[in-house]
Amino acid sequence: MTAKVVTISSGKGGVGKTTTTANLAVALASQGQKVTCIDADIGLRNLDVVMGLENRIVYDLVEVVEGRCRVRQAMIRDKRLPELYLIPSAQTRDKNSVSPSDMIALCDELRPEMDWILIDCPAGIERGFRNAIAPADLVLVVTNPEVSSVRDADRIIGLVEAEEKGPAQLIINRLNPALVKRGDMLTAEDVLELLAIELIGVIPEDENVVISTNRGQPVTLDGKNRAAVAFHNIARRLRGEKVPFMNLEEKDGFFDRFARLFRTGGSNA
Amino acid sequence: MSSNVTIKGIKEGLLVTMGEGNWNDLKEALFRQIEDKAAFFQGARMALDVGPHVIHAAEMGVLRDRLAEKNITLWAVLSTSQVTEHTAQNLGLVIRLVSARPETEAQAEALSRMADTTISSSEERALFVQRTLRSGYKIEFPGHVTVVGDVNAGAEVIAGGSVLIWGKLRGVVHAGAGGDEKAVVCAMELTPTQLRIASKVAIPPKRKGKLLPEMAFIQDGQVVAEEWTAKGK
Repeated sequence: MTAKVVTISSGKGGVGKTTTTANLAVALASQGQKVTCIDADIGLRNLDVVMGLENRIVYDLVEVVEGRCRVRQAMIRDKRLPELYLIPSAQTRDKNSVSPSDMIALCDELRPEMDWILIDCPAGIERGFRNAIAPADLVLVVTNPEVSSVRDADRIIGLVEAEEKGPAQLIINRLNPALVKRGDMLTAEDVLELLAIELIGVIPEDENVVISTNRGQPVTLDGKNRAAVAFHNIARRLRGEKVPFMNLEEKDGFFDRFARLFRTGGSNA
Repeated sequence: MSSNVTIKGIKEGLLVTMGEGNWNDLKEALFRQIEDKAAFFQGARMALDVGPHVIHAAEMGVLRDRLAEKNITLWAVLSTSQVTEHTAQNLGLVIRLVSARPETEAQAEALSRMADTTISSSEERALFVQRTLRSGYKIEFPGHVTVVGDVNAGAEVIAGGSVLIWGKLRGVVHAGAGGDEKAVVCAMELTPTQLRIASKVAIPPKRKGKLLPEMAFIQDGQVVAEEWTAKGK
């Protein structure tokens, strides 16, 4: 077994990197995969809260890197699923406590035991970002259908290409079909036309995500609402399955547009 | 052993010059020096002159990260190799040192120095870029620039001559940056954030719908755009 290392990144803060990481991890694990998530946002840790594992932290990423504990000791097992682990970040340190080569070494140690290693990248393009993408086999860029986050995603995609980690794949998060229909929100097509990379998923705006995130119960755990289905679909696409894009609009029209998007793949457009 | 690596202090920090020899040996020599004089290098801002050595992105990224682990910031890479310059630009590093003179004068001098290297008439030189320029990417060139791909918002193209974009222009373009008022800017969709020709600045109005290819140029002291057709101006 050799794990694939996937870094979830965005440039801009607050677009849903951590929520996406937690939900993709839950989705993959509930499909029977062995998954470890690493929170690379040192000094501003969140992934443990979103996953509801905050009170079980004993050791963290920095302590692993500094050799003060073994990797296994820092891995918190999520008891709700058979093979889901979290390596939490340190809250009292900063990004410089870890280097890109530390991250590569850590992932190499975990690779033989896992199917997937998901890294939650901090916002920004500095040291923390470089730490998070150094070990990546694949970079997923999360963006919201809104101009400023698309601009930052464009920058990130360029940097990922420059670091020869490309081509990145795109997740459009918090798409609101009603707003799109009124012409008040960028459509998935608009975003894709601008960023010109392959789309791997569209997550509809869903209040269940906010509710479950606050409870530390990733929305994908019970898996009934549309956001959960969307995360499950991304997990299946990561595993190489061809899954058609979801119909975000109850009525007709939308599906055909998404189906068209999927066929062209959006790459090299 | 380490005589091929020279270090000197400049206004912007340290300038490390790599001489001749095997690149890996040079690199290790540099790191040995850093180990030996850790206190001296602590927190330094380093410009690295690699001469003709060809360095690809992954390699340069690793070097930058290794330096960062020693608490050294690599901010510039100078090279006579175009590949290495490209790599450095891709990683967002500075590729020319400009001393603290008035900016326009310094730019003019840098432009003329670049132009001098091969052909004296800078107008006849052109750069061909076959990729989409994403946000944060900047191209500076003394001659003409042709881009096959889009120039996204947040990207910049600064050219001594004209700029021709076979794609959508959404970022910032400065044509005739050295003062050439005859420079033009052409694009399949001309919707820049800002357009500059010589010393004139234009902020185009927002437009919707399908646009035709257009060419912008200076007419009566103003930047104007008209349809870009085969017959030319």
